[in-house]
Amino acid sequence: MDTTAVLPTDDTDPFSPSVLEDPAELHARLREAGPVVHLTRHDVYALSRHEHVHAALRDWQRFQSAAGVGLSNFRYEEPWRPPSLLLEADPPHHDAPRAVLSGVLSPRALRSLRGRWFAEAEELVDQVLADDEFDAVPSLAQAFPLRVFPDAVGLPRQGRENLLPYGDHVFNAFGPDNALVARGRPGLGEVSAWINAQCRRETLDSAGFGARIWSAADRGDITHEQAPLLVRSLLTAGVDTTVHGLAAVLYAFATHPRQWDLLRRDPSLARMAFDEAVRWESPVQTFFRTALTEVEIGGTVIPDGKKILMFLGSANRDPRRWSAPDAFDLERDPSGHVGFGMGVHQCVGQHVARLEAEALVTALARRVERLELTGRPRRHLNNTLRGWESLPVRVTRT
Amino acid sequence: MSNTSEFDGNGIELEVRSKEAAARGVAVLTLARPDSGRLPDWTPGAHIDLALPTGQVRQYSLCGDRWDPCAYRVGVLREPGGRGGSAHIHDELAVGERVTAGGPRNNFPLVPSPRYLFIAGGIGITPLLPMVHQAHILDADWHLLYGGRSRASMAFLDELAPHGDRVSVVPQDERGLPDLAAALGWAGPDAKVYCCGPEPLLAAVEEACAERPPGVLRTERFVARDQGAPVRGEPFQVELARSGRTLTVVPGQSVLRAVGEAGANVLSSCRQGTCGTCETGVLSGTPDHRDSVLDDDERAAGDRMLICVSRAVSDRLVLDL
Repeated sequence: MDTTAVLPTDDTDPFSPSVLEDPAELHARLREAGPVVHLTRHDVYALSRHEHVHAALRDWQRFQSAAGVGLSNFRYEEPWRPPSLLLEADPPHHDAPRAVLSGVLSPRALRSLRGRWFAEAEELVDQVLADDEFDAVPSLAQAFPLRVFPDAVGLPRQGRENLLPYGDHVFNAFGPDNALVARGRPGLGEVSAWINAQCRRETLDSAGFGARIWSAADRGDITHEQAPLLVRSLLTAGVDTTVHGLAAVLYAFATHPRQWDLLRRDPSLARMAFDEAVRWESPVQTFFRTALTEVEIGGTVIPDGKKILMFLGSANRDPRRWSAPDAFDLERDPSGHVGFGMGVHQCVGQHVARLEAEALVTALARRVERLELTGRPRRHLNNTLRGWESLPVRVTRT
Repeated sequence: MSNTSEFDGNGIELEVRSKEAAARGVAVLTLARPDSGRLPDWTPGAHIDLALPTGQVRQYSLCGDRWDPCAYRVGVLREPGGRGGSAHIHDELAVGERVTAGGPRNNFPLVPSPRYLFIAGGIGITPLLPMVHQAHILDADWHLLYGGRSRASMAFLDELAPHGDRVSVVPQDERGLPDLAAALGWAGPDAKVYCCGPEPLLAAVEEACAERPPGVLRTERFVARDQGAPVRGEPFQVELARSGRTLTVVPGQSVLRAVGEAGANVLSSCRQGTCGTCETGVLSGTPDHRDSVLDDDERAAGDRMLICVSRAVSDRLVLDL
């Protein structure tokens, strides 16, 4: 059969400001058009239904990460920084670094942090609630991860303001070389130099995640050359993503008062609420793979070496998988969403993110009776991340 | 596209797709999901638990090709004495029959190194076979020293043959015991040494490597671990401590699903025992662990379980839900 004849095409730029502002319309159109749509603007093959995104995420044998998980194809283009040992690697190279970081960030490793993070969340919420009105993005969504995560990694206090711009740029750089990438470039040298300096053993506190990565190198589980790159993965993917995830759950509650009431009645829903917000907003919207061979999906053949754009945000709102997908609903089971990915590359820090969110949401549920927006929230545009720049809110204390 | 359906039931149910004699006393099984769908991922050195119709659970190293996501391969030595699980596999288990597996776990992972020395004794070749393949792909310098009683009892010699003199085959009846000193001399100080085989071989290698830094020698012991009571084929009770509700989990139904149907949703993600999201506290009762996440100490502690795949050994579990 002539597969090219049935391949739908679309000339929309999924990284244009208007799509980044609100991708729902594009997502719906792509899902309806078929399992695979050729996006002519960037010559990439888009997957937008849950079934196909889920399957592609798990299928590392045919969907390559080592050629880059952004638009840039490392088969033909030089990566702008040394590739990640996790995100931009495939088995077998991926195995050892992944095993080490999975251990460092495992639920058992986090158990000792739980009490401290819950206490820190209470303390932060108490400080912030001194005012009735505030911007929830800097005051909570940014403040909490920046308070607990760099300490857990073992970073020095000085220079932490570089973390957010670095992550923001890395996630922009997965898209095309557009204005968002250009905006991050001028300060990049300095920011990158700071990040790289934090990955050195001498900089890291002896009790944190970073030191544990270096200990793994001493045991021979990874090489000493790999250790700083693995620390870099923590600093790249551990902050911005969580900030946008927390902003997503705060926005969701500020606009869904009935859901806030449900949470207040049963604070044990905090964990479920965060994952539902991750499904609903998908802080990480997209990742690319590269076809490692000719890949057949739903009757369409993607040629070897072509880039495949997986719309995680679309999969998480696919009506074929979710009933009333556009509703933020604590009574649904969001399990199986692809907001953290799936398979061997599934977010290695997912348990860290969930613990941060559970701590913050639980502390808020205890102190806040009503949470509402006081003005128009403003999006933070990024080629990969969906987040908020500003969420002006008013709280009614209990 | 591979099948994306999630497992729901007794861990992973696998069907025997082929069964061949790979050497005297060694049966090689190829296992797949009944729907031929994708299996949980694994890395060289990993093993699965096989729950046999005899009620026994045995651990077998995966020795197939991880680039085939839909099949597992294991090599099973007929254990001396002729009783138990291995005898059942050799004498009874037929192609088309089903067995239940616990997810792949790896206590013997291959770590990065410019040079590897692999030392196998007998059936201990099974975890090393995928390592050899991987070292070859990675273009590492490697050597395999493979000892066995006799050539006829040594499995996978045909698959190793293309590697030429990177592999030293040492059948005891022809060449005596493997020359560990010479092999370790070749390895030099920079190599990682992987050894799997019978206890005397492991002891000899450990002694020979005693002066090397920690982390250089990595071993896997085949210990017939007592798993406690046999795997249940019957329903069991789960009590949700916080609500006081009690429910019955029937064969073919996961604890996760049973709990969800009772209205206590527990967050999960992979639903195959690999991501750790559905970890749940166990207040009393003995879990039957089928996941890829918890280590042996955590299993022994018995105070948490992954309810997407794990079940109960005891009649009743009380969960912190």
